[in-house]
Amino acid sequence: MTDPLNHLPRPQARADQLAERFSDLAPPLTARQAAVESARCLYCYDAPCINACPSEIDIPSFIHRISDENLQGAAQRILSANILGGSCARVCPTEILCQQACVRNNAQECAPVLIGQLQRYALDNAHFTEHPFRRSPATGKRIAVVGAGPAGLSCAHRLALHGHEVVVFEASDKPGGLNEYGIARYKLVDDYAQREVAFLLGIGGIEIRHGQRLGGNLSLASLREQYDAVFLGLGLNAVRALGLPDEHAPGLLPATHYIRELRQADDLSQLPLADRCLVIGAGNTAIDMAVQMSRLGARDVNLVYRRGHADMGATDHEQAIAKANQVRLHTWARPDTVLLNEAGQVRGMRFARTTLAEGRLSDTGETFELAADAIFKAIGQGFDDASLADPAAAQLAREGERIRVDAHMRTSLPGVYAGGDCTALGQDLTVQAVQHGKLAAEAIHAQLMTNVEAA
Amino acid sequence: MADLSIEFAGIKAPNPFWLASAPPTDKAYNVVRAFEAGWGGVVWKTLGEDPAAVNVSSRYSAHYGANRVVQGINNIELITDRSLEINLREITQVKRDWPDRALIVSLMVPCEENAWKFILPLVEATGADGIELNFGCPHGMPERGMGAAVGQVPEYVEMVTRWCKAYCSLPVIVKLTPNITDIRQSARAAHRGGADAVSLINTINSITSVDLERMVAHPIVGDQSTHGGYCGSAVKPIALNMVAEIARDPATHGLPICGIGGIGSWRDAAEFIALGSGAVQVCTAAMLHGFRIVEDMKDGLARWMDQHGHRSLEAFRGQAVEHTTDWKYLDINYKSIAHIDPQTCIGCGRCHIACEDTSHQAIASTPAADGTHVYQVIEEECVGCNLCQITCPVQDCIEMVAQDTGKPYLNWTQDPRNPYREAS
Repeated sequence: MTDPLNHLPRPQARADQLAERFSDLAPPLTARQAAVESARCLYCYDAPCINACPSEIDIPSFIHRISDENLQGAAQRILSANILGGSCARVCPTEILCQQACVRNNAQECAPVLIGQLQRYALDNAHFTEHPFRRSPATGKRIAVVGAGPAGLSCAHRLALHGHEVVVFEASDKPGGLNEYGIARYKLVDDYAQREVAFLLGIGGIEIRHGQRLGGNLSLASLREQYDAVFLGLGLNAVRALGLPDEHAPGLLPATHYIRELRQADDLSQLPLADRCLVIGAGNTAIDMAVQMSRLGARDVNLVYRRGHADMGATDHEQAIAKANQVRLHTWARPDTVLLNEAGQVRGMRFARTTLAEGRLSDTGETFELAADAIFKAIGQGFDDASLADPAAAQLAREGERIRVDAHMRTSLPGVYAGGDCTALGQDLTVQAVQHGKLAAEAIHAQLMTNVEAA
Repeated sequence: MADLSIEFAGIKAPNPFWLASAPPTDKAYNVVRAFEAGWGGVVWKTLGEDPAAVNVSSRYSAHYGANRVVQGINNIELITDRSLEINLREITQVKRDWPDRALIVSLMVPCEENAWKFILPLVEATGADGIELNFGCPHGMPERGMGAAVGQVPEYVEMVTRWCKAYCSLPVIVKLTPNITDIRQSARAAHRGGADAVSLINTINSITSVDLERMVAHPIVGDQSTHGGYCGSAVKPIALNMVAEIARDPATHGLPICGIGGIGSWRDAAEFIALGSGAVQVCTAAMLHGFRIVEDMKDGLARWMDQHGHRSLEAFRGQAVEHTTDWKYLDINYKSIAHIDPQTCIGCGRCHIACEDTSHQAIASTPAADGTHVYQVIEEECVGCNLCQITCPVQDCIEMVAQDTGKPYLNWTQDPRNPYREAS
């Protein structure tokens, strides 16, 4: 997937040096740190942090249990609300979720309890001799889940818990979705995504079939025929285009493609490295891309965004990480022209300066150029329409490009549910996808059991 | 700066902070370090008959709050395990070297007149300023008929005190055990025996915790444990009450009181003095932080006294005693109501759930659009119990506001609702 960069050199640092640079961005808490931090929790009632958590983890309770030296109990509390609590503890933007809402984040104190770190501590250090959840008696119902990302896995686990049999259809070679392929390597290190999936599957009753692509070798119509219900956790697999000539020139590629390759690489020193690179966009993926290039050894990393700092999708925390990794943030500039050398390879980009005029973004007429050996576009992912090409799928009501769902994650087609980034509901976050999967599973379970009772 | 010097039961000291009879005052080395640090006096760790006591290992255990903050320490150490001769020699030397500091010698010998008649002249010969009778040690020594075994029987307290007054010209301070039902009985007995002062409290019978793997309490000696004596900030409320009980008892009126129990700051000391103490003794705080804390205590107390115009400790000593009374004399018509300051409230909900589940359902919780909750006191329901204020993690966020009811003072003895009220 990094073929457009094959003409570029490889990092100068040795593989072990690079591995060190991609180790945990936020090292895990020690036992003493966890004891001190957990004791800071005020054990709020109707706690604002719970309200701020898309997956509704009972945060005061699990932290209280850490403080009580009951790590298994703490872990069970987390997992019962969020079976992917381990990866969420690592990748959640807690600074805009639970920790922003923490009452200790008030103006006098400005020091929220480190909820994400404590959640990781509990899950890393709780040792279960068997899977902590026991399945209900078999219902005889079979459910198809499309996509083994956070939404699909969460849905599958909850369905299996209720006694249903689940088949998960996944296009990629590995389960995990963005946890496996899309998160910055230093945020989710080692093979944690796979270990977490293995733990999740420990409940039993879940089969994952790889190489299965909806709209390819899989159709919604046949899934509806063969299964009692279908859950779609498709994600957003289409890369948005800049809409410029020469967008496919060597040296220009989607950030997600590079990150996918970087996460799978055993030897980081074999990756193509742009000494000078540009990242277009201002979301967390853009930051992840820029920071990772910097850590691979790029000397000159520039992130360019068409609006201002306040409009950036990346949180202040993420922007601070970028700055700490020598990434320069340029605002109020939009891509204008891809600049190529004689060989037709990227040599830089011309930008048009932008401004807000009467509430609308417009060009100032001024331009500037930045030299670069590679340009990474991180301007967001789009819905892959090819996945809903079959006649049944084409009937699904959409909201914008995404699938429309109600509060119970029901689509417009009976028996078909959807969740995660492919739906228009909520934020595009791992923790949100987990919640969607969980809610959908509960809705599917309620629907199927109602039918049983009525029969 | 205010004058911190005192004269307590005839004993002069440059400040009211004395180290209690305990490990910190076991030998000259420690006591000299304490005097160098600025302590006003020490009560030398209890001397007994030879042969000296023998101690076990281990000896202490603690009750912890959050983050290993020590709330209280439990100890099973006995009286001095050094010979009488060594202790007397060191006391003599230290007193000679530090003439301006109070040096009191704690004593514990069997409940026999001859035992006391023997040891008292030896102690007096050291030049010490006074003696303190250890009638409080709750562990080990009572099994041998000493310590709390004496302090728990008022007749013994009176008898031994009388012997000490007979065979010794030094001021006699009787140290009281809290392991009784009515501290006034012990104080009255000491008073009858001629005591120049009482000091209290000694430690409280305690077990701090149990090792659930080994199924043995702390502190562990081999595979056994025993109860010890509890001290430290956790016992301060118990000590304050006992001091106040004696201070306001007409039978012991004017009897000097040396306050002991959980004193770790100038404020603690000021509170004991406000309830009638003429001097205070400190142990656990020094054992946790070292002798240097006395500097902070002296500085804080003097500055507080300056702010309030108290030139000496006597200026405010006992001022809180007259405001301490029996329940039946409290004003039934007094009313206070909680008020939550919305500006400083951080929305933790602790006041609400405490009141809702365990008190009077007097704090309303109103969900706000952003997912937080707004908490407000329902004034008609509030009984002014203080629980919300206690649970609130923010200093001064919840204020208990006195209400003007327009009703006169009325106590239970006068209240028409009291079927046994006194005839007016």
